[in-house]
Amino acid sequence: MSDYNFAYLDEQTKRMIRRAILKGVAIPGYQVPFASREMPMPYGWGTGGVQVTAACLVPEDRLKVIDQGADDTTNAVSIRRFFQKTAGVEVTEATAEATIIQTRHRIPETPLTEGQIFVYQVPIPEPLRFLEPRETETRRMHELEEYGLMHVKLYEDIARHGTIATSYDYPVRVEGRYVMDPSPIPKFDNPKLSGNPALQLFGAGREQRIYALPPYSQVVSLDFEDHPFVASKAEHDCDLCGAADSYLDEVITDDQGNRMFVCSDTDYCRGRRAAGQVGRLGGEAA
Amino acid sequence: MTGRIFYENSEISQKFRGAERPLLAVRGLTKRYGARIGCAEVSFDLWPGEVLGIVGESGSGKSTLLSCLAGHLAPDEGEVVFDTADGLRDTVAMAEAERRRLARTDWAFVHQNPRDGLRMGVSAGGNVGERLMAVGARNYGTIRGQALDWLGRVEIAADRIDDRPRAFSGGMQQRLQIARNLVTGPRLVFMDEPTGGLDVSVQARLLDLLRGLVREMGLSVIIVTHDLAVVRLLADRLMVMKGGRVVEQGLTDQVLDDPQHAYTQLLVSSVLQV
Repeated sequence: MSDYNFAYLDEQTKRMIRRAILKGVAIPGYQVPFASREMPMPYGWGTGGVQVTAACLVPEDRLKVIDQGADDTTNAVSIRRFFQKTAGVEVTEATAEATIIQTRHRIPETPLTEGQIFVYQVPIPEPLRFLEPRETETRRMHELEEYGLMHVKLYEDIARHGTIATSYDYPVRVEGRYVMDPSPIPKFDNPKLSGNPALQLFGAGREQRIYALPPYSQVVSLDFEDHPFVASKAEHDCDLCGAADSYLDEVITDDQGNRMFVCSDTDYCRGRRAAGQVGRLGGEAA
Repeated sequence: MTGRIFYENSEISQKFRGAERPLLAVRGLTKRYGARIGCAEVSFDLWPGEVLGIVGESGSGKSTLLSCLAGHLAPDEGEVVFDTADGLRDTVAMAEAERRRLARTDWAFVHQNPRDGLRMGVSAGGNVGERLMAVGARNYGTIRGQALDWLGRVEIAADRIDDRPRAFSGGMQQRLQIARNLVTGPRLVFMDEPTGGLDVSVQARLLDLLRGLVREMGLSVIIVTHDLAVVRLLADRLMVMKGGRVVEQGLTDQVLDDPQHAYTQLLVSSVLQV
């Protein structure tokens, strides 16, 4: 153990954040203001998610941190080490073994289970922000359920691109009440928000907001009758593990126009390959 | 108030008496800004299909009155009774949620500056469709069809539907604002100087268009302006305000041709004859 208080934050701060989380759980999708602290990392690196994780951690927890699906990128590695140092908790890369998962921009392919806590890092929690810059006005719109403007955004998409081109940060409606920003997850992950057995928590540090989806909340992606929501992904299989059902990253491999598609969820891909599944380039790359 | 109401016997009043009761009944409406008054003890009835003009100099309380009527400002005293779908309701006393629902269904508000009434970052079609989507339209094809129809009615070419209002001229922006407001078929339209800041020929076309739409849709309109030509063309009835109070009201032609109050006489004689 180090000289830090457990999980870096002082106990009073953690209580304050837990109160905000409880309120968020009580009102699914509602953005609860909280007194966000300065964290030893820049805004945009997950200061909100880190505070939520710190408030939820207990010494018995096993932590997993994901950045764009991967366990081994800068953001994920830094935050994992941060909690190893300040909380001394166990860490893991396996989704199924983790009790708390902090994520940036992905929901793992392996289904979450009851008892897990899933923490999102949120840059801009207000889904109406880009059409209505006034905070007083967006709060009133939430209060009065005036969500027509959200569809104006989708209308503009179709008018300009012929289809709903919003592919991440796709707005959802929670339990028929609050319209919520699901953080910049690809819309491929939107269906996983709904009816999820895990507790989903969202933290926005700079904007000082926490919101939550209790287990098994109903979450509906907004759409038009004649342009329904589609959870899209690249039309390929993973080149390493051959998975056809996972969200893919496109990787350019040389300057001859060659590219490969790989699972963005590294843990899922590794698990499949360990089980003997091989994709198009799986043999040579491994 | 110079109490001269010729209204009772007039031909126009017969036309509106077809309705059973006024669409909007205003009683003793007062708004104070601290010790100063914005408007004081304003009372009038607006009948379905009627166009009421409010004229007066700058600072006479016209815009304050209009904002109070439209629910943008909370008046200090008085009531504004609107004939809603579920009967007569005092809009001053009703909950904000209800008032705002009214504002996007039965009411419309045309601002003087189209930039206040339009979303400048959203295409013309999106601007017109916003009110439809706000009342629950969820079919893209239908929304776009109605937007196209309304752009046509306000003489905006169909191929401009995906352009932003930024790319439109002042007159076009104003017409777009009108289309955006009328698309849900409101019954009462508030207009604050709708022709202000437009050049004369564009004004004339806009007035023509407004007159056509008002007659065609049977709209009730409350129009605030300092341009007497606008009320002469559009308004059935006229209210003259000075210092926050109504000093004279009556049929438009009567007030303009035979003004009784000293201020109205001054106002009418100040118009330059070309």
